[in-house]
This record gives sequence, structure tokens and C-alpha cells, in this order.
Amino acid sequence: MEPAAAKLIGAGLACIALAGAGVGIGTIFGAYLQGALRNPSAAAGQFTNLLIGFALAEFTGLLGFVMGMLLLFVF
Amino acid sequence: MDPLHQFNIERYGEFHLFGVDLSFTNSSFFALLAVALVVGFLGFGSRKRALVPGRMQSLTELFYEFVAQMVRSTMGQEGFKFFPLIFSIFAFVLTSNLLGMFPYFFTVTSHIAVTGALSLMVISVVVIYGFLKHGFKFFKLFAPSGLPLALYFVIVPIEIISFLARPFSLAIRLFANMMAGHALMKVFASFVIMLGSAGAFSVLAILPFLTNTAVVGLEFLIAFLQAYVFALLSCIYLSDVSAEHIGH
Repeated sequence: MEPAAAKLIGAGLACIALAGAGVGIGTIFGAYLQGALRNPSAAAGQFTNLLIGFALAEFTGLLGFVMGMLLLFVF
Repeated sequence: MDPLHQFNIERYGEFHLFGVDLSFTNSSFFALLAVALVVGFLGFGSRKRALVPGRMQSLTELFYEFVAQMVRSTMGQEGFKFFPLIFSIFAFVLTSNLLGMFPYFFTVTSHIAVTGALSLMVISVVVIYGFLKHGFKFFKLFAPSGLPLALYFVIVPIEIISFLARPFSLAIRLFANMMAGHALMKVFASFVIMLGSAGAFSVLAILPFLTNTAVVGLEFLIAFLQAYVFALLSCIYLSDVSAEHIGH
């Protein structure tokens, strides 16, 4: 295989990381909404934890983005 | 049409000191601009020091109280000595993120050199303060008490790795978010031009244009959210070591 083609395929494969990030972020916000609708008075206190969970889940997807960028522009 | 062209660093004049390139660049210009805006905003807002605040002073106090609330809720009143650090980081990151949203403006936080320096600063404070406060009990951070003995063989490596990953995750999250968002806006903008010059289909150019408008709104949200998350995670890392008893 051409090295350039392998590079592009690798960058495309790195996008699979987005699937995991999507599942993670969706789970976090979905679970937060479920909890918030059951007990609205406790929702405001957990907003900070929501954003922490969001940031940690999003990071896995961003690692995929960084890998794609590295493959495309560095190697 | 290269979507990454906007992240190029341009020198505004050559300046070398002892073989180190210290030239004034567009990155340093916008970093200075962000600092000047923050200092100007806070200084202008609090110039009267009125007991009953006017409009500008209310905005300044809102800004202050927002960060103060975040610091209090994560570290308690005892951790308030870190407030100047957290406030400076939040103000700088938020201002440079928002400055990057102007067309043709450089986004300072879209470079890992900048975010890496910020996150190294936070982690250095965490480590130095942890050792100053707890001495060698600092290492209890990696071995939480009250676990079965066999579990320690699993927990300690995991805790060490997760601690070592913190500066990287802090830096990469901010830089990748800003870079990905700005590249996305550029990509959709180039779709508009490509479709617009496609003859019979040029009416369809409205679609990426509308998407790009929505993306700009999303980017404003992310610019704020990432500054908030950066400051919040710094608070949490600091609160790990500023607790009275470490490793619980």
C-alpha cells in the first residue's frame, strides 16, 4: 500500500474515537436529565459534576482527533 | 483553503537572545491583548468602589462571584488562598477563547504550547503545595486507605497513571477543543464557497451557511465551557491535595 494512502486510512480510523465520545456524552447528559426530572431540587447541585463528567468523556474523543491530526500533518 | 492556516504563527519582527527565538508574534500579541482586556475590564469596573454597584461594577462583581462560588464549592473556604490563581487562569483562558471568535483574530489557546504551559503551572502548584503541606504523606494520594490488601496492587498503578495523565488531559482538552472548533468553522465556510461556485447547484450553498451559523453559536458555548472546565478541574486537582487528610 502507498504510505500516503495508509496515512489517510489511519486518520479516518482515528475518527472511530468519536463514537465512544458520543456514547459517553449522551449517557452523561441523559442520566443527568433523568435524575433532574425525578428530583429537580437536587439538579442544580450536580451541575458541576455533570460538566466534569462531560469533560472527561469528551477527552477520549479529542484524543482521537489529535491522533488524526498527528497522522495527517506530522508524519 | 487550508483550514489549519489560521493557526500559523507569524513573527512581527526578529528578536533572538542567546540563540533563543524570542520574536514578538501574533500569538504573543493576542495573549497580551487578552491580559489587557481583563485588567482593563476589572480596573474600569471597580474604579468607583461604590457600596451600591453601578452597571459596570455589577458585571465585575458577577464575574468575581462566579469564580469565587466555583472555588468555594470545590475547595471550601480553606482553599480560598488559591482563588487568585484560579481567577487569573479562568479570566485569561475565557478572554483568549472569546477573542479567537472574532474573524481574522488569532486564538491563543489553540496551541498546545500555551495550554501545556498553563496546565504545567497548575500541576506544579498541586505537587509543590502537596509536598509542602503533607511531606511524604503526599504519596498517600496514590494509595487510598481502607481497601483490601490485594486491591492495592491494582489501585496504586491506576492512581499513578491517572495522576500523570492529568497535565496532558488538561492541556489537550483545551487545545483540541479550540483547534477542532475553529477548523470546523473554516471547513464549513469553504463548503459555502465551493457550492456557491458550482453553477446550477449554487442555491444549495445556503445549507452549509446555515450550519456554519449554528456552529458559531456552538463555538461560543464551547469557548465558555472549556474555560470553565479548565478552571474547575484545576480546583479539583488542588482540592485533592489541600484536604486535611490526604488519600480518602
